[in-house]
Amino acid sequence: MNRRRFIQSAAAGSAGPIAASSLPALAQDAKRETLVVANEFGPNSLDIHGVGANRPAYAIAVNAYDRLMTFGRKKLADGTMSYDYSKLEPELAESWQVGKDGQSVVFKLRKDATFHDGSPVTARDVKWSYDRALGMGGFPQFQMRAGSLNDAKQFIVVDDHTFRVELDRRDKMAMPNMAVPVPSIYNSTLARKHATSEDPWAANWLRTNTAGGGAFRVEAWRPGQELIYARFDKWRSGPLPRLRRIVQREVPSAGNRRALLARGDIDMTYELPPKDFQEMSKEGGAVRVVSTPVENALFYIGMNSARPPFNNPLVRQAVAWAMPYDRLMDIAFWGRGVKMWGAKSNTPAAAVWPQPTGYSTNIPRARELMKQAGVPDGFETTLSFDLGTATVSEPASILIQESLALIGIKVSINKVPGANWRAALLKKDMPLIFNRFGGWLNFPEYFFYWCYHGQNAVFNTMSYQNPAMDKLIDAARFETNRAAYEKQVRGFVEMAFTDIPRVPLLQPSFDVAMQKSVQGYMYWFHVQPDYRTLFKA
Amino acid sequence: MLSLIARRLLAAIPSVLGIVVVTFVLTRALPGDPAAYYAGPAATAEAVEQIRVKLGLDQPLWRQFLDYAGDLARGDLGLSVSTGQPVSEELLRRLPASLEITLLGLLLAGAIALPLGILAATRPNSWIDHACRLVTTLGVSLPIFFTGLLLAYVFYYLLGWAPPPVGRLDSLYSPPPHWTGFYLIDSLIARDGRVFLSAAGQMVLPVITLALFVLAPIARMTRASMLGVLSSDFVRTARASGLTPATVLYRYAFRNAMLPVLTTLGMVFSFLLGSNVVIEKVFAWPGVGSYAVDALIQSDYAPVQGFVLVMALLFVAINLLIDVLYTVIDPRVSIES
Repeated sequence: MNRRRFIQSAAAGSAGPIAASSLPALAQDAKRETLVVANEFGPNSLDIHGVGANRPAYAIAVNAYDRLMTFGRKKLADGTMSYDYSKLEPELAESWQVGKDGQSVVFKLRKDATFHDGSPVTARDVKWSYDRALGMGGFPQFQMRAGSLNDAKQFIVVDDHTFRVELDRRDKMAMPNMAVPVPSIYNSTLARKHATSEDPWAANWLRTNTAGGGAFRVEAWRPGQELIYARFDKWRSGPLPRLRRIVQREVPSAGNRRALLARGDIDMTYELPPKDFQEMSKEGGAVRVVSTPVENALFYIGMNSARPPFNNPLVRQAVAWAMPYDRLMDIAFWGRGVKMWGAKSNTPAAAVWPQPTGYSTNIPRARELMKQAGVPDGFETTLSFDLGTATVSEPASILIQESLALIGIKVSINKVPGANWRAALLKKDMPLIFNRFGGWLNFPEYFFYWCYHGQNAVFNTMSYQNPAMDKLIDAARFETNRAAYEKQVRGFVEMAFTDIPRVPLLQPSFDVAMQKSVQGYMYWFHVQPDYRTLFKA
Repeated sequence: MLSLIARRLLAAIPSVLGIVVVTFVLTRALPGDPAAYYAGPAATAEAVEQIRVKLGLDQPLWRQFLDYAGDLARGDLGLSVSTGQPVSEELLRRLPASLEITLLGLLLAGAIALPLGILAATRPNSWIDHACRLVTTLGVSLPIFFTGLLLAYVFYYLLGWAPPPVGRLDSLYSPPPHWTGFYLIDSLIARDGRVFLSAAGQMVLPVITLALFVLAPIARMTRASMLGVLSSDFVRTARASGLTPATVLYRYAFRNAMLPVLTTLGMVFSFLLGSNVVIEKVFAWPGVGSYAVDALIQSDYAPVQGFVLVMALLFVAINLLIDVLYTVIDPRVSIES
């Protein structure tokens, strides 16, 4: 059984006998091969490497560009398909060989692969694209560096169809990092025609044009309105998608998107308030809601542990015991998420992340801790959140405000507009924040490196400093012994729970609502639609 | 007349220049750091600085202003970072979308409000006067987003009469070739009946929503102005001279009552164009209002500056048009002085 068969049978299996027995009617083919999607907003660029490219722009990389490798797939416990970060599969590279020391890898490229304009994909295109991801700076450069790809010298063209990557050190994140959307392969001959001395990477042209070889071509893009994909029939890097055309509309009003879906005018929508997803999943009918917990992601309360009063671990523990966990889940999140509290203790049961803390709502205990900390009468502080996420953050903040008042902490709420939020995070002067973080690469130490490590990255929103924890995080990053690694992970997770600079609240769930006829949905860590596997029954 | 227009345009130049300076300073005075915002989720302090240099925000303010003014002189409104498109292109594409529904909304409102106001004024305290009062009160007190959502809910979701609220065209059609940017006109030029019908269908609900919103000021102003004119001496004289009621009403009273109504229309139009951001959000309408608000939220300077500039030019044009119409309606009015 090859991969293509496997996917088809897996998809048919999940759809049940109805899909298997229905015969395609010719007249309906056009409608069946067109998928209409509506989301709140669309891409602001067709180039994932570009400055300020937003999240929907990542989907362009996924669908209109290829990478050397892609991830395998697995079935989750609830039957949803998900990508599998532990398995790498061929995309543009048909095979690869990792050197014995783990410090180099040689890719053999598919000989039949072409870009949309018909020109063959060569190792020179791969090198140009990797160089570009580093050379453009900002986000793509950061993402490349996360997998030890730091310098253009590491990328070597051996011949037309052989490409070698040299690594300075053995790094388990290097390979998976080459399968995330950033190292997409660009048609360097085409792109170079539009490069200038001021703009050597053709950033201006690629913002509004694609030069890829992915499963779909961008047929039309009207920013702020719609994006239309057409299938690239000569795509060789995977099973040919069954959809021929995708119309992606921008419909800002969530209520209207729900109405459009209910009336069958669209096939799929991504962003709705949790309340809508909750109601739709209960309503049933022609609409199906698929929810997947977002890997390596958490909603949390961060406490600025560099300054009083939250530099006192007893105060932080008091806050963790005073969180209104159940009410947050029911009222602010409408039950969409995985609870991250109420474990037996703060000693982790397994070397995984995220996992529940040993805290739960216990006001007397929180009061006792406040007394021990020497602040029995509490204090005044400010809780900040990003106004762009107000649907969830606002009710959550109000619940937290109510609950903290019970232990004498008088909280005023500070709503920070979207543009100011990141600048405010960078300043690190907010005492208390409600926020969310998720890492693309699903490794606990990756999350901890950004969020807890003393290097004090922007995501260490608490300015937390703990040299003992740093040591464990650094060791786990390059540990090759499984048992030693698990011990390190358990070690830093326990420190994070007992010292509690940030209180994990819940793991967000990623929800997609679609017509029941839409099949082949797969969850991806980048939470963008992958149209290659979708089809309509 | 032509020299009048030319002089008025010349007089507008200082105010437009003032607007250029003020919007530049105001956008820079906004809290928020675009460099931090566009550096993306991976913002290290170093990455933010890189982006700051790329966006030219590391330069001193006077330098940034000179660059901006230089670009403006060449007709270049700059590049929007959040949408990745040149601002002038986007405004050219989005302004007709806003103008199309605003003008039609105003037209519809006028078509209902003017007769309503006149009837109410000629029959004070009759049922039509009460109806006029009811409609205007409703129109003013229903928030525009509420009317929009309600109409979409009833006529699209429940009844299925209106087309899906997905913007200017149904997803089956692509826009007609660009001539004016007004889809109704462009589709007629392209002789594409189906696109015309689809574009018209998509406009029905937003236009009705807008019309309901501005019905009130127009109808009330018409009624008040007509009442004033109808009780004036020259109308009494006209009636006493035995002219037919229709002649008195339309030739003498209505024309004189039009001046304040025209002023109201001008104000309402400018007001509508600025505030139809709500309508644009509800009906996924790709207009200038939502463009400017989105840019503002994301500290995207160029579109905000471009939007304010275009609005200022539009206001100058509308004021001029209304002044010219004054002189046409009432020969006694002279703007020259």
